Amino acid sequence: MLKKFIATAGWPRVIIGLFLFALFVAAPFVGVRISTSLSDTLVRFGMNGVMVLALIPMVQAGCGLNFGLPLGIIAGLLGATTSIELGVRGALGFAVAVGLSVPIAAVLGYGYGQLLNRVKGDEMMIATYVGFSSVAFMCMAWLLLPYKNPTMVWGYQGSGLRTTISVNEYWFHILSDFFSFKIGTFYFPTGMFLFFGFMSLLMWLFMKTKTGTAMTAVGSNPEFARASGVNVDRMRIVSVVLSTIFGAIGILVYQQSFGFIQLYMGPFYMALPAVAAILLGGASVNRATIFNVAVGTFLFQGILTMTPSVINSVLKTDMSEVIRIIVSNGMILYALTRKAQVKR
Amino acid sequence: MSRLNRGIGSLLMDYAVPLIFIVISAAAIPLSGFSAAYLVQELLIRVGRNSFLILSLLIPIMAGMGLNFGMVLGAMAGQIGLIFVSDWSIVGIPGIVLAMIVGTPFAVVLGVLCGEVLNRARGQEMVTSYILGFFINGVYQLLVLYFMGWLIPISNPALVLSRGYGIRNAISLTGIRMVLDRLVPLKIGTISVPVATYLVIAAFCFFIVWFRRTKLGQDMRAIGQDMPVADSAGIPVNRTRVIAIVISTVLACYGQIIFLQNMGTLNTYNSHDQAGMFSIAALLIGGASVSRAGIGNVFLGVTLFHLMFIVAPMAGKNLMGQAQIGEYFRVFVSYGIIAIALVLHAWKRFRDRMEARRSLRGPAERREGA
Repeated sequence: MLKKFIATAGWPRVIIGLFLFALFVAAPFVGVRISTSLSDTLVRFGMNGVMVLALIPMVQAGCGLNFGLPLGIIAGLLGATTSIELGVRGALGFAVAVGLSVPIAAVLGYGYGQLLNRVKGDEMMIATYVGFSSVAFMCMAWLLLPYKNPTMVWGYQGSGLRTTISVNEYWFHILSDFFSFKIGTFYFPTGMFLFFGFMSLLMWLFMKTKTGTAMTAVGSNPEFARASGVNVDRMRIVSVVLSTIFGAIGILVYQQSFGFIQLYMGPFYMALPAVAAILLGGASVNRATIFNVAVGTFLFQGILTMTPSVINSVLKTDMSEVIRIIVSNGMILYALTRKAQVKR
Repeated sequence: MSRLNRGIGSLLMDYAVPLIFIVISAAAIPLSGFSAAYLVQELLIRVGRNSFLILSLLIPIMAGMGLNFGMVLGAMAGQIGLIFVSDWSIVGIPGIVLAMIVGTPFAVVLGVLCGEVLNRARGQEMVTSYILGFFINGVYQLLVLYFMGWLIPISNPALVLSRGYGIRNAISLTGIRMVLDRLVPLKIGTISVPVATYLVIAAFCFFIVWFRRTKLGQDMRAIGQDMPVADSAGIPVNRTRVIAIVISTVLACYGQIIFLQNMGTLNTYNSHDQAGMFSIAALLIGGASVSRAGIGNVFLGVTLFHLMFIVAPMAGKNLMGQAQIGEYFRVFVSYGIIAIALVLHAWKRFRDRMEARRSLRGPAERREGA
């Protein structure tokens, strides 16, 4: 029974799950408050949830893990900065940011999808480098784009965007504080969860439509899908566009909670935690569900929140960064090596 | 006629990347305003310092395993060797040799690990070795940042962080700085040539030429051509692939030591990261592809890559008024070039597959017409 559970869940997930459980158990003994840790975990869940959700369509359509997520993030950043440049504040400002980034993401995603259709079988490696090179390209663009708003531009030069831009006066916590409540030290960001639920619902509904089903068919067996009259290339492009759009919205949700827009090399490694989270939730390289997203994001963010506070008070050193690197990449490595085993 | 066209087309495609680079450099050199003597001196130093690392990538490509992003494992092993040697304060050539000797067992173990992992992820070698690099980086940090000075005794306090354990961010390698480069001094005009380094690189090139002709080298090439055929011909595929990665990792370890003796400082937590990315970008710029790379590609690539490295910031400054733009352009090109090379390779393979399929279908269609 236990053996079977470990076999289906995979030993890395079991180890990481037990590790997180141990952290929560140990927390009160080393003077870490459970309520604050839990609410931190929930906040970070809300921040990252939509970005992890963005990985589903491409995995389902057989394009693999979207290491090119930074492309979607860039679309989100463009929307966010342009919305601030226009000077729209509050909920409307956030809506404008979303409204601007979605079409940008759709265009970028379409081009990216066209590219990935030409390199079937090598998607993940190319996606990684598409992400990297687009981030590096945008580094030049951030310096040159004609933004004028003084909150965003370097003061002494009068041109070129700052590396971090505060959204404090614009749409800080616009989702998080929507119907949020506090019990003692426990804070629950209701709005972010409602938004995550809404986006999950959209994704779920889409996966149930004809297009969504066809997409899953393409991922499970492209030859069979082609034989039954599905346009394989088109479905793959739809999945990439959808993933890029969700990535763009995801980063906006992240920023409104975090309070800052991080430009330049900020989005560089953002794909890795999202990928690690969905894999931790039980997804594989060719199958992922919304359940995987929810569980994985909670576990992964839980570890990120708990390790600094608990481990630091036990060992008196900050090992969280190293643990994060080992856990997230170990998880990705496990998933990549497992796929080949099944094939054989 | 169409065959001839395709010949020219595919030739252009094979050399598209170096050609683009020659054009960019040709435009950027006059813009940067550097003198020829300065450029030659800089190039001689940089080519000498990087070639060994890049050469270490050749053997896995021969074995059909693609670009070995796992070479950073070797680089980390080399750095561990250097940390110990600086701790024991052994200087000069003996220091370098000892660093290599200390690094070798680490590189072998990591290489075997990497090979075993890659055997479990066939067809996804590149992305897997890439993530493995990140993973081992975590383990490396655990070892160097937490265990050294705590579980592993480090006696030299200059290496250890003020909190009592963990190695400092930057270690000055004064004892072995440029000892290999200056072993045989030679000056032509104002330009000094690191003769000994180039001799080591030349020896390595001969090793690769010789290795290709050995039984093992031939086996690797056979595996690179067609794995199932190699398997049925009785070549131990998995074992040979592991050996290819081990050789590459060990050589990357030596390459990193040569690289760092020229630099003179070891950035404990970043040096290896850059080694992987820059080496791969340089090799691809030289016109190598994921499945085919020779010694010529290495030298062409490293020269062009560093030419751009030297001139881009200055050209950016003179053209746009900001050196930062040139800096970012450089980063963009390094990543962009890897992306383009990977895309061209995958696209070509995809087209070949389509063409093969079409050629099977061809006669049948004609029969229908007749």
